[in-house]
Amino acid sequence: MKVAVITFPGSNCDYDLYKAAQQVGAEASFVWHREHGLEAFDAVLLPGGFSYGDYLRPGAIARMSPVMEDVVAFANRGGPVLGICNGFQVLCEAGLLPGALVRNDSLRFRSHDVWLRVERADTLFTSDYEQGQVLRIPIAHGDGNFEADEATLQALEDGGRIVFRYVDSAGNVSEPANPNGSWHNIAGIMNERGNVLGMMPHPERAMEGILGSTDGVGVFTSLVSSLSTAGAAE
Amino acid sequence: MSHYRLEVRVTPRPGLLDPQGKAIHHSLNSLGWEGVHDVRVGKAIYLDMEAESEDAAVQAADAMCRKLLANPVTEDFEVSVVGALEGADS
Repeated sequence: MKVAVITFPGSNCDYDLYKAAQQVGAEASFVWHREHGLEAFDAVLLPGGFSYGDYLRPGAIARMSPVMEDVVAFANRGGPVLGICNGFQVLCEAGLLPGALVRNDSLRFRSHDVWLRVERADTLFTSDYEQGQVLRIPIAHGDGNFEADEATLQALEDGGRIVFRYVDSAGNVSEPANPNGSWHNIAGIMNERGNVLGMMPHPERAMEGILGSTDGVGVFTSLVSSLSTAGAAE
Repeated sequence: MSHYRLEVRVTPRPGLLDPQGKAIHHSLNSLGWEGVHDVRVGKAIYLDMEAESEDAAVQAADAMCRKLLANPVTEDFEVSVVGALEGADS
């Protein structure tokens, strides 16, 4: 399986993603934001960081990068696209996911572990988890407060497109468990087709026990096994 | 072609939580300006540009807002001409 890690000026989780993909047996390559052509890849990963210094709005300028035309086309062909943190912000700016990520309600940059509940264990990115499983995964962001208009939020809820929610360690949605003010404790959402996932927490930073948690591994093993199943079916 | 200076005001949409505005609001109240009921923080972007006419300049800025300068999900924008500049090529 070939995975593209898109790198923008200011990305800083690109190596972590590259390593995470390699750890689960994928062949990873960096694709610079000025490049074109993602045809050879089976999945596209958009890393965290501060592309273009978060100038204007996080993700707003990265979204205009040449490679984003290819990312949009890749997603529209049904290819799996995963955006983490700044990658999620870029996907929203690009219109591949609805809504927007605005300043944390605390006005603070939050960098610590959170508990996440897996709301959907039947997606390309979460099939190796159990429904309702609680994961411990780090966050590191200043703009992770998910906002959208009422109709969009309702459609996400009704359509079962909320993939991860911030919860307490017992798995309950609560206000103290919400690190940024996101509506209904949203930590990750997918598009209607289910091939584009955006999430603020960093599964690629929870890949090795020595670094505190291995709860992020499932995102990457799920992707690999979904793709190999799809490949076998063709 | 003439030169124009435009001001683009980008503000958080009404109803959307504006944490910066809230923090400033609290600060103003605690400094004694208790009559302040609400604070919203936006940004102003100034464009010096060439265009055929004032209308054309405003139209172009409007397109820029839709494409890049504002996010319609969270922000409103307003474009105004704040001056015609001496043309560099005239």
